[in-house]
Amino acid sequence: MFRDGGYGILAQVKETVGAQIIEVLSKVIPSGIPISDGTRIARDLGLDSVAVMDFVMELEERFDILIPLDQIADVETVRDLTRAVEILVKDAA
Amino acid sequence: MSIFDKFEDIRNILADLSQGGQNPLEVRFDDIRSPVEGTVDGKRVLLFGTSNYLGLTFDADCIEAGVQMLRQCGTGTTGSRIANGTYTGHASLEKQLAKFYGKRHAMVFSTGYQANLGLISALAAREDHLFIDADSHASIYDACRLSSAEIIRFRHNDANDLARRISRLKGKPGSRIIVTEGIYSMLGDTAPLREIATVKRETGAYLIVDEAHSMGVLGAHGRGQCEAAGVEADVDFVVGTFSKSLGAMGGFAVSDLEGFNLLRVAARPYMFTASLPPSIVATVSAALKRIQDDPSLGARVRANGQRLYYGLEKAGFSLGPQPNPVVAVKMPDRDTAVTFWKYLLAEGVYLNLALPPATPGSLALLRSSVNAQHSDEQIDFAIAAICRVGRRMGLIEAARFKQPVKQAEKLALPAE
Repeated sequence: MFRDGGYGILAQVKETVGAQIIEVLSKVIPSGIPISDGTRIARDLGLDSVAVMDFVMELEERFDILIPLDQIADVETVRDLTRAVEILVKDAA
Repeated sequence: MSIFDKFEDIRNILADLSQGGQNPLEVRFDDIRSPVEGTVDGKRVLLFGTSNYLGLTFDADCIEAGVQMLRQCGTGTTGSRIANGTYTGHASLEKQLAKFYGKRHAMVFSTGYQANLGLISALAAREDHLFIDADSHASIYDACRLSSAEIIRFRHNDANDLARRISRLKGKPGSRIIVTEGIYSMLGDTAPLREIATVKRETGAYLIVDEAHSMGVLGAHGRGQCEAAGVEADVDFVVGTFSKSLGAMGGFAVSDLEGFNLLRVAARPYMFTASLPPSIVATVSAALKRIQDDPSLGARVRANGQRLYYGLEKAGFSLGPQPNPVVAVKMPDRDTAVTFWKYLLAEGVYLNLALPPATPGSLALLRSSVNAQHSDEQIDFAIAAICRVGRRMGLIEAARFKQPVKQAEKLALPAE
């Protein structure tokens, strides 16, 4: 179980880490752009480097974890990010 | 297929910027006549975008000291201090800096960028944790990339957020190192150092403060935001530059911590680059003496910052949160900012165009900086020009600014 910093406990929110990432991501990009596991976060969604880091900050709040910038250097897709967050959530538990 | 294809986005932006007049990123000055005036394309312009806060670039004592040392020691050191040795000037400037800040140790770097790169990357090793303000300067971000520590951003100027993030480390080993700035260069706001110093004490972290834009500007003695906030004893490392208030180039770090001098052989950006030419060291030393001898310089630049800030605020522009010598006007979008900047240059006012991702919050900014040598008349000229352009572009309401704009229209570019 993990807390999500202001959004309630896990049981009250979405079922998977990936779904929550997509939910947070959809708030920082123009509506209507489809997002899937294979979406490349910077390239497909037009986010610049600062926007990506700001989005990561939102994820830190959501999952009550730290996501070091050096760890997201290799993250390209939503799927990559999901895996990284799942590990960090597990480590923080 | 070209190796430069990856820069296609940048190529497109540069092409856009070049349309319809001067490219803001490629301004070429025919000459610089003084700390407040230059010539672009044969036309006189007032300089409001140089970060030359105390206006010491043409100070007679600084120039004389530099010329003398240029003749005495030659044009450069041609190598690092580790390889080619330390000149007397390097060592005496470090003593002068340490004394100025009331710290035991000082190190001089070849640029301010390298001071951050060297200090932060050497201090923060594997297992350590760097907590940097989200709006940190690129040199801090780049220092993080050179370090092997974990990098965590905290929300800009939010000490509570910093504390919350540090607490998430729980019992993880490694040093906690907080990095913040005195004045942030884009919006001109100061760090809440009292609150951040409290977090530092409560968490046992180290605190680095970059005073690049606040040295000589803030504090009764010009020691920056650390002095102004009364937290100098809590700050483990002050970093700064010689390329703004001291009117030259180079950077430094000071500290009371024993072991500081080990950084001379641990900080790669210190070891593997040529040291500052003695002539530059001499001008910096003379400029630092000016700050120590004349506290009115700091008072003047602060007053000038307030004059510009409140003048533009009264006119209805959306600005950064605090009146400081960096005054940022928020533009609705990039194209408006570019057009506004070009109109202003035509009006005889040069300032900086700042665009995302170099800006916080993806803001498009017209970023101006005043210095201690600007006269009231010159600042009023800039306010008037900005108001005229703002009115022409429909960004401010004409009725609200009737009086100042009317006055402004009568102003000519102040005499040389």
